Amino acid sequence: MIEFRDVSKVYPDGTHAVKDFSLVIPARQITVLVGSSGSGKTTLMRMINRMVDPTAGTVEIDGQDISKIEPVQLRRGIGYVMQNSGLLPHRTVAENIATVPRLTGVSRSDARKRALELMDTVGLARNLADRYPSQLSGGQQQRVGVARGLAVDPNILLMDEPFSAVDPIVRDELQQEVLRLQKELAKTIVFVSHDIDEAFLLGDEVVVLEQGGHIVQKGTPEEILAKPANDFVATFIGADRGKRRLTISDTASRGDDRVLVDAGGYPVGVIAAPDGRLAVAHPSPKSRSVSNKTDQAGDA
Amino acid sequence: MNWVWIGSNLDLIWGRILEHLALSAPPIVIGFLLSIPLGYWASRSKTARSVLLTLGGILYTIPSIALLVLVPVTLGFAILNPLNVVLALTVYAVAIMVRSAADAFSSTSRDVLSSATAIGFSRAQRFFQVELPLAGPVLLAGLRVVSVSTVSLVSVGSVIGVDSLGSFFTDAFQRQFPTEAIVGIVAILLIAALFDVILVLIGRVLLPWNRTRRAAPARAYLRPVGSS
Repeated sequence: MIEFRDVSKVYPDGTHAVKDFSLVIPARQITVLVGSSGSGKTTLMRMINRMVDPTAGTVEIDGQDISKIEPVQLRRGIGYVMQNSGLLPHRTVAENIATVPRLTGVSRSDARKRALELMDTVGLARNLADRYPSQLSGGQQQRVGVARGLAVDPNILLMDEPFSAVDPIVRDELQQEVLRLQKELAKTIVFVSHDIDEAFLLGDEVVVLEQGGHIVQKGTPEEILAKPANDFVATFIGADRGKRRLTISDTASRGDDRVLVDAGGYPVGVIAAPDGRLAVAHPSPKSRSVSNKTDQAGDA
Repeated sequence: MNWVWIGSNLDLIWGRILEHLALSAPPIVIGFLLSIPLGYWASRSKTARSVLLTLGGILYTIPSIALLVLVPVTLGFAILNPLNVVLALTVYAVAIMVRSAADAFSSTSRDVLSSATAIGFSRAQRFFQVELPLAGPVLLAGLRVVSVSTVSLVSVGSVIGVDSLGSFFTDAFQRQFPTEAIVGIVAILLIAALFDVILVLIGRVLLPWNRTRRAAPARAYLRPVGSS
């Protein structure tokens, strides 16, 4: 469990990146901090591994004030995955994954063995182990980034817009991969995104942020979709444009499936309707692995 | 071209080559080592950068003969002491190399450095394991320039009486004997080429990743999840 208590961050020039922010991030689930740029989401995430120290308030991990923990030690115990992977270009894939274990004194051969296992875990072929990051595709690099984040088997995994620079199809794959991994590993994942569809897909809990780390709404994707707290959230999730209000198309159908269209009449998905009756879904975090086709249609 | 002179003076030529090597290698190595902390500092602070690079520029414009005279006068060495040449050439090496080193450290990606910190490198570990190797290619490029420049500048030492291949030039001038000058030039070129080859080979060994940088990304190596 990660707890922010009345946290503020004021930069020397007087800008308030974050103001009086309080939040409890529950253990072993995915919490997505979502907001546009300037919402302080990345600053907040970077407070968890002390890349940024708050100017007021405290951040606690499992009840321990992290300002009392030496930053280097703290960071070695927290997985971190960032945009553009942040891999070390002068180290091979296996060496990159083994970086933190090596820093903490694990022997070269043990670290490599573990790195190869992690490559299996994140779906990377082992024959890529001795390549350099520049020889991989963007999606492969992000997988290496995830494997590196998992290398010390951390309880907490921080993911800072890790998939925003890869193309939509690869992003889709990687998002599914995160859901699959999370089902297996049950880490406390804090995920920063500016993409509300990604937030809804991945988040057990979604925290919508406005300028200065102000929480506009917090809840499960279902709760936020059902009741956007205000116009800002409604705009942010696209409800105001009718993107989220779907109706069953009368004309188009596909076997027992009915085609759903948004308010603009664009087809956005299908819904199972065996014998003409709609199937009722009972959403639960563990069963959420259907591909979210609405996002691409909505963004198009 | 007097081949007989060459044939009968092989020992002298070899000796001068060794003297030249002994005078040129230390400034290159010392200059490189000194430039690393200075260049790193210059890459971290704007003030340091402008002060150090301006200073380097000024030092480099001091004529070499003036510097060779200044060093013994200010430091009190005997005028014929080879250390004068080594020190003067080290000054030039640093003057050139600081700029390369500053550029080398500035060229490393902020993202990579910040992610290295975020995953738990301490400052010293980050410097030696990330920043220094990543600065490697640009450092190497700078070092190659320093190497060539130093090898050729050593000959100026002969003007103040410190023997090297340069002594063939002063001698050739005084005796109106071009063979000596040609031997000196060819030997200096060979030493410069030898140093350059050594540096490139060191680069290959220490920076193996640098050669693959622009290679095409490998696709088609993703295997479907679960089919291990």
